[in-house]
Amino acid sequence: MASVTDLRRFPGFLAITLTCLVVLYAPLIVVAVYSFNASTSITNWGGFSLTWYVDVFTGPDAPKFQRAAINSLIIAVCAAVAATSIATAAAVAMTRAGRFKGKTLSFALINLPLMVPEVVTAVASLVFFSAIGFTTGLLTILVAHIVFCIPFAYLPISARMQSIPDTYEQAAMDLYATPRQAFTMVLLPLMTPGILSGFLLAFIISLDDFLITNFVKGAGVETLPTAIFGSVKQGIKPNIMAISTLMLGVSIVFVSLSWLIGRTGQNKK
Amino acid sequence: MASQDIAVSVDQVVKHYGNFTALHGVSLDIRESEFFTLLGPSGCGKTTLLRAIAGFESVSEGHILLKGEDLTGLPPHQRPVNTVFQQYALFPHMTVLENVMFGLLRKGWSKVEAVRRGQDVLDLVQLAEFAKRKPTQLSGGQQQRVALARALAPRPEVLLLDEPLSALDLKLRQSVRSELKALQRETGIAFIFVTHDQEEALTMSDRIAVMSNGRVQQIGSPKEIYEAPVNRFVADFVGETNLLDVEIASIDGGTASVVLPGGTPFTCPAATVLDPGRGHLSARPERIRITAPGDAHLDAVVTGHTYLGTDIQLQVRLSDGEVMSVRLQNSETTSVPEVGQTIGLQLEEGAARLLAD
Ligand SMILES: Nc1ncnc2c1ncn2[C@@H]1O[C@H](COP(=O)(O)OP(=O)(O)OP(=O)(O)O)[C@@H](O)[C@H]1O
Ligand SMILES: [Mg+2]
Repeated sequence: MASVTDLRRFPGFLAITLTCLVVLYAPLIVVAVYSFNASTSITNWGGFSLTWYVDVFTGPDAPKFQRAAINSLIIAVCAAVAATSIATAAAVAMTRAGRFKGKTLSFALINLPLMVPEVVTAVASLVFFSAIGFTTGLLTILVAHIVFCIPFAYLPISARMQSIPDTYEQAAMDLYATPRQAFTMVLLPLMTPGILSGFLLAFIISLDDFLITNFVKGAGVETLPTAIFGSVKQGIKPNIMAISTLMLGVSIVFVSLSWLIGRTGQNKK
Repeated sequence: MASQDIAVSVDQVVKHYGNFTALHGVSLDIRESEFFTLLGPSGCGKTTLLRAIAGFESVSEGHILLKGEDLTGLPPHQRPVNTVFQQYALFPHMTVLENVMFGLLRKGWSKVEAVRRGQDVLDLVQLAEFAKRKPTQLSGGQQQRVALARALAPRPEVLLLDEPLSALDLKLRQSVRSELKALQRETGIAFIFVTHDQEEALTMSDRIAVMSNGRVQQIGSPKEIYEAPVNRFVADFVGETNLLDVEIASIDGGTASVVLPGGTPFTCPAATVLDPGRGHLSARPERIRITAPGDAHLDAVVTGHTYLGTDIQLQVRLSDGEVMSVRLQNSETTSVPEVGQTIGLQLEEGAARLLAD
């Protein structure tokens, strides 16, 4: 820590840090706090209450949000399963196939969605779907989500994979396991922490996505983020804050889980 | 053909990696129930040969036969051969017993029989009480024994061991050596043991193949390898030796007459038929006696001592500047010459050998 270029000694370090933290977290805190507001106002504090949480589940908007939430869950689960499977296969191929022609290109292709601006992917997906005459709806959302979830699932899986030496599979095959058995009985269990971590990350990324979803969803089909956006356009009601806070909670839980699982897996080695 | 008592026959095996050749036509026969060691410096191709026998590496040319049957093209899981890996590669998500049973279950044993056999083998390596533990909860020496048990459980025709002791500390390594040797005798399975430690090879093996640069230099019993090396490389790599540049007067069959530095004639066994000219005389440091200067084979000046515990090693210099070492047993009665003193060196007849390069 006794570095000569200790960042903390730079002039204005404290001010910049505080500004960043405030800009990042103050809105989240405000939303979370006001979701417990008793009054209808979104600016004046009227005492603590759970009214808006009750309203989310029983109020006039409840059926709309419920349908959207179910759509979101279906899509997130399916997209995460598909993306994780594809990412697992890709990670195995990338780390076990040795050096092959186009390895760098493959790597770039897998991770491309991380680098392309999301709005470009959104427009491209929409154009693609209409070009092949695919009716927009739940299925188009799912396909688009699978694609952009792959790199998020790939990163933890591939990190895990790289820490597993191939002698384990060789030992399995030396002990009369077919290559398939060596994969399912030895490699796959060793990869599990990475796969779980990748799944959770993909799940939450899909659950939270707004931009691409908004482009490729058909008329009348909503996910939770697009439904929230739709409501906000008619004015912000405190129940939106309650939903947002719930989603924030779910996100925090999943991201923490993903991190914890990835970490225990690392420790075991 | 006497192939029934040959376990593995390696026949003219060549292995290329791109344009690098790791094995240049290696031929070996490993007998049934034999402790056979592949000994050689790092990078000489020992692991490559072992992996070729196990099936992890294809051979570019030649054949490997197991009990007379060609293994070419057979994948690892169809070869009745098991390996003890250098880093053990125990499956971390399985218990010790599950690790040992793995091969048995894949071979189609019933669960009950596999459990019984697994426990028997764990008994054999004295780890019965650790059956329920995970490999990470064991010491290095215990993990090594689990790896051994796992590879022995399916009763392979041949057991391959790639430097299995290198991850253990010195003291443990020495006790594991005799255990391993006893286990080999008890099971009667042929062991092919890879090491670059010559002491390990000499103490454990029935026969040793000394390799260098992808070629077998010599195959023989530890005694043959140590006392009758065929060339300079083997003499130098196995144990310690003095290599003297000598003039060859005549060679007759296996015996050569040479002229030592300083002009004394000397008769010794010769490794291969050499043309008269110059050659190398190998004399082990412990096979040289110290006498009074003048009428000995060689005269030399003592330049230093090294204390080795059991022995004392003298560094001496001959009149032509060549440096040699001589070992004296460390005991009450040994008189150690002073540094600077001139002494006579008497080479034991029959223990010094003329070698090809
Ligand atoms: N996959 C490979 N590609 C290219 N060259 C290789 C490959 N595997 C081994 N080699 C080369 O073949 C030679 C023999 O390697 P090998 O692993 O058999 O040596 P070794 O005798 O086991 O050495 P050590 O005692 O260090 O384990 C080495 O020079 C090595 O660089
Ligand atoms: Mg090796």
